[in-house]
Amino acid sequence: MLTLQFVPYFELQNLDVDSKVDKLLDIAKTNKIVLVEGKLRPEEESYLIQKTMMSIDKKFKGVEICGVDYKRKNEQFIDVLKTSLARLLLGNREGFTIIGPASIVREIRRDPNKIELLTSSVKKRRK
Amino acid sequence: MVFNLLKRFFNKFFKKKKHIKLGFYGPVNSGKSSLANRICKDWLGEEMSSVSNIPHETRDVVIKEEVKMENNGKELKFNLVDTPGIATKIDYEDFLKFNMKEKEAKERAKEATKGVIESIKWLEDVDAVLVVLDSAKSPYDQVNITIIGNLAAKDIPVLLVGNKIDLKGSNLKRINNAFPQYKVVGVSALEGKNMEEFYTELFNLTD
Repeated sequence: MLTLQFVPYFELQNLDVDSKVDKLLDIAKTNKIVLVEGKLRPEEESYLIQKTMMSIDKKFKGVEICGVDYKRKNEQFIDVLKTSLARLLLGNREGFTIIGPASIVREIRRDPNKIELLTSSVKKRRK
Repeated sequence: MVFNLLKRFFNKFFKKKKHIKLGFYGPVNSGKSSLANRICKDWLGEEMSSVSNIPHETRDVVIKEEVKMENNGKELKFNLVDTPGIATKIDYEDFLKFNMKEKEAKERAKEATKGVIESIKWLEDVDAVLVVLDSAKSPYDQVNITIIGNLAAKDIPVLLVGNKIDLKGSNLKRINNAFPQYKVVGVSALEGKNMEEFYTELFNLTD
């Protein structure tokens, strides 16, 4: 059975990078797939990778990460303004991030239009 | 971060850098060390890193100083910084498939995790970066996105190198589509293909 834990934006918005990454990794270490509202910033992603490397041991082999952003085409000036204002007032909640423990999520494949999570059992069955 | 941006601005406008610290970044087994070796062979006649099919062959940052290159009458000196491949997971059992003993595999995995951490730390200390991607694989990988996102946030010049163009499944267009804001140059570091264009783009990057 796969367990997906949703982490809403408000649970992370007041945390510093260290606490935010620790919180997300702690969930992933319990063999749950973490679905985070909003995208992590590049420095948060690289810090997550560093902390993941520090945490690798007999049981925990790391994570698969996938940040998904929405790309609007031909956005009008007024839309850009609205989005910027919303980000300023509410924080950047656009997109989402998936963090899956490597013991469960073998691979996250994506192209611009779809995301595939290959789990360990699925991969074994395909062999 | 603000300090880095100011330092970069100062270097760009008030001081001509004597040596450009050129980082080789990318996922595991994309050919960073092969490219660094090719460059060293072309300009120094010797290699700088060991290469292997086994993932995480480079587990320490390797630096080659004073690599002088010329292109169209212009001369530049580089310090090449070959970094371990960045990964989000490392399992020693993966190394066992390469007939490695368990103890050796565990040691390699441990060193590899340290290597990834070192690579990321070095992002603070390079002047320009070659992001080396395996052009036969999908570029839509979070490691690539994270590396490029960090470099963009630090305002570090980036050239994407689609390596392994000698392979059947090589597809540079896919890299172009994934990262349209960056220049992509295809090479085969192993066979030395398209290195002339690569050097031209490298010099353009550091202009």
